[in-house]
Amino acid sequence: MTEALTAFLEATVRTATPLALAALGETIAERAGVINVGLEGCVIAGAFGALVTAGAAGAGVGFVGALAAGAAVAALFAFCVVRLGTDQIITGTAMTLLGLGATGALYASLYGAGGAALSVPTVGPVAIPGLSSIPVVGPALFAQPVIAYVAVALVVAAWWVLWRTHVGLALRAIGEAPEAAAAAGVPVTRLRTAAVVVGGALGGLAGGTLVLAQAGTFAEGMSAGRGFVAIAIVVLGRWHPVGAALGALVFGAATALQFLFQAMGWALPYQLFLALPYVLTLAALAIARGRGAAPAALGKPLS
Amino acid sequence: MRATTLRLALVGVTAAVAAALLLAIVAAAGHDAPRALAALGRGAFGSWDAVLSGTLLRATPLVLAGLAVTLAFRAGVLNIGAEGQLLAGAAAATAAALAVPAAGPWPLMTALLAGIAGGAAIAGVAAWLRARFGVLDVISTLMLNAVVQYTVAWLVRGPLQEPTRIYPQSPTLDAAARLPVLVPGSRLHVGWAVAVLLAIAGSWWLARTAAGFRLRATGMSPGAAASAGRIDVPKVTAWAFVGSGALAGLAGAVEVTGVTYALYENLSPGYGFTAIAVALLAGLEPALVIATGLVFGALEAGAAAMQRDAGVPAVLVSVVEALLIVLLVVAERGRQAGWFRSGTIGGERA
Repeated sequence: MTEALTAFLEATVRTATPLALAALGETIAERAGVINVGLEGCVIAGAFGALVTAGAAGAGVGFVGALAAGAAVAALFAFCVVRLGTDQIITGTAMTLLGLGATGALYASLYGAGGAALSVPTVGPVAIPGLSSIPVVGPALFAQPVIAYVAVALVVAAWWVLWRTHVGLALRAIGEAPEAAAAAGVPVTRLRTAAVVVGGALGGLAGGTLVLAQAGTFAEGMSAGRGFVAIAIVVLGRWHPVGAALGALVFGAATALQFLFQAMGWALPYQLFLALPYVLTLAALAIARGRGAAPAALGKPLS
Repeated sequence: MRATTLRLALVGVTAAVAAALLLAIVAAAGHDAPRALAALGRGAFGSWDAVLSGTLLRATPLVLAGLAVTLAFRAGVLNIGAEGQLLAGAAAATAAALAVPAAGPWPLMTALLAGIAGGAAIAGVAAWLRARFGVLDVISTLMLNAVVQYTVAWLVRGPLQEPTRIYPQSPTLDAAARLPVLVPGSRLHVGWAVAVLLAIAGSWWLARTAAGFRLRATGMSPGAAASAGRIDVPKVTAWAFVGSGALAGLAGAVEVTGVTYALYENLSPGYGFTAIAVALLAGLEPALVIATGLVFGALEAGAAAMQRDAGVPAVLVSVVEALLIVLLVVAERGRQAGWFRSGTIGGERA
């Protein structure tokens, strides 16, 4: 039983890591007033970027490649929605199609359609001395790949930047009242663009995590809707970095339940458990009366 | 009429741009471009069968889902959940067809009505969340897409699984629950005729009826519609949302009863998302959705042939679709902001 529980907790954190990274990125973009429905495109681009760079230069460089690829997709998105003022939802949907299509086609072209699965170097778990020997939770929480600890550090850093610095204050201001912020001298366009690009880079890092810390390979469409899940998590986490991390754990736990069920030999319809967090998110939105803690200018172009 | 002619010209230009983009990418990726172009043309228009069982067959769900997106967008409802509503329609249609005894016209009629109801119900949830709690359409429809996807994944392994319990799909539908073939000898079913008639009827309804006017007014300016037009804006948006879901549900029901004859998880290769490009390219004009649905139907049928005959990954079509959507929203934004006021595109304003 304790073994199954440890496995369940370990799987929860493992599944939650990329979700938390992507949701953190989306939180930053949405706090600046931009909803990036194209996050899914950033995640898959990050996964592909990780494959290409890690294959050539190792896993460490792979994470940089993932960041860069996610940022590139987000930069195109930001140019359209922030600079040109196109509709965020429709442009974002196009970015998702673009990311999925371009990576799928490039993968097939570069490595042969449906050819042998390509494997890249991965990063193994790093046990934190002392903490990892705590019974049950130790091996689950403190023997994760480095990227899991990086995700925790990034959550804290994002909270600190958003709520304890002038840049963070300006960023939140342009998500609530861009005109007022502009009048106060905040470079709205530049800051929004930066927030979206940083958000996309974190989405890319989520994709890189899938390849470099989990699968060890790339598959067409392997982001499997995680970018959309991240958007749900942002809502559930009430547009807060710590909320994003906790929300990611909820979704991670729902996924990890299926492993627990299989281990226990219970024939429960786990697909329904996978749908549960989405229902929970909708319920949370309804209870918070719609926009909840959403930034007031979310989704609206600059006038 | 002038606006329609301009739009059709734009659709033609866009189709050419799409083909050119596709070939440029194909050539850049190191494939044999002339061979790919030949395969694209053959797959989309090369023979009667390519046109009927390829282009038109693929255009059918795209036109229906494109109409769904058009209806919602015209009312100012950002329904990006057509994919989930389509899948819900397919699931409901399958469940109904399997439940009704196979005799007479009833299985088919029940299946189609159940599909419409299924899509409408899912959109209805989003409409209710918007009306009652002010939940953003984008977020609710995205969440519901996932809920439907997982529910179908469960259905095809649970209550709706085929009797041998090996494959994650439903039993095959009886002949009585299948749509009749429209052109003998091809795979094209009556669903295409239904889609065309609905598009034409939709244009008439939108332009010529009081309800259509209320919907357009609401989409253009909800504030003005409520104050100057005394229009019940929340009611109009809710009905547009539900109607949009019903059309997407019909698309799913038509796909199950006309093409796949069984429910499975990946029934739709993203028809609900391509439908956004279809609707936008048509300028949100229902009758023109027929033309744009054909463009994308041809592109997809051609791309399938390109993959088969020239080894070019068909997934490239998504790239072209994405770039087209971006070009269209940028052009639309430019038109609004008056970037082309002295140019020809600005003429559309008048």
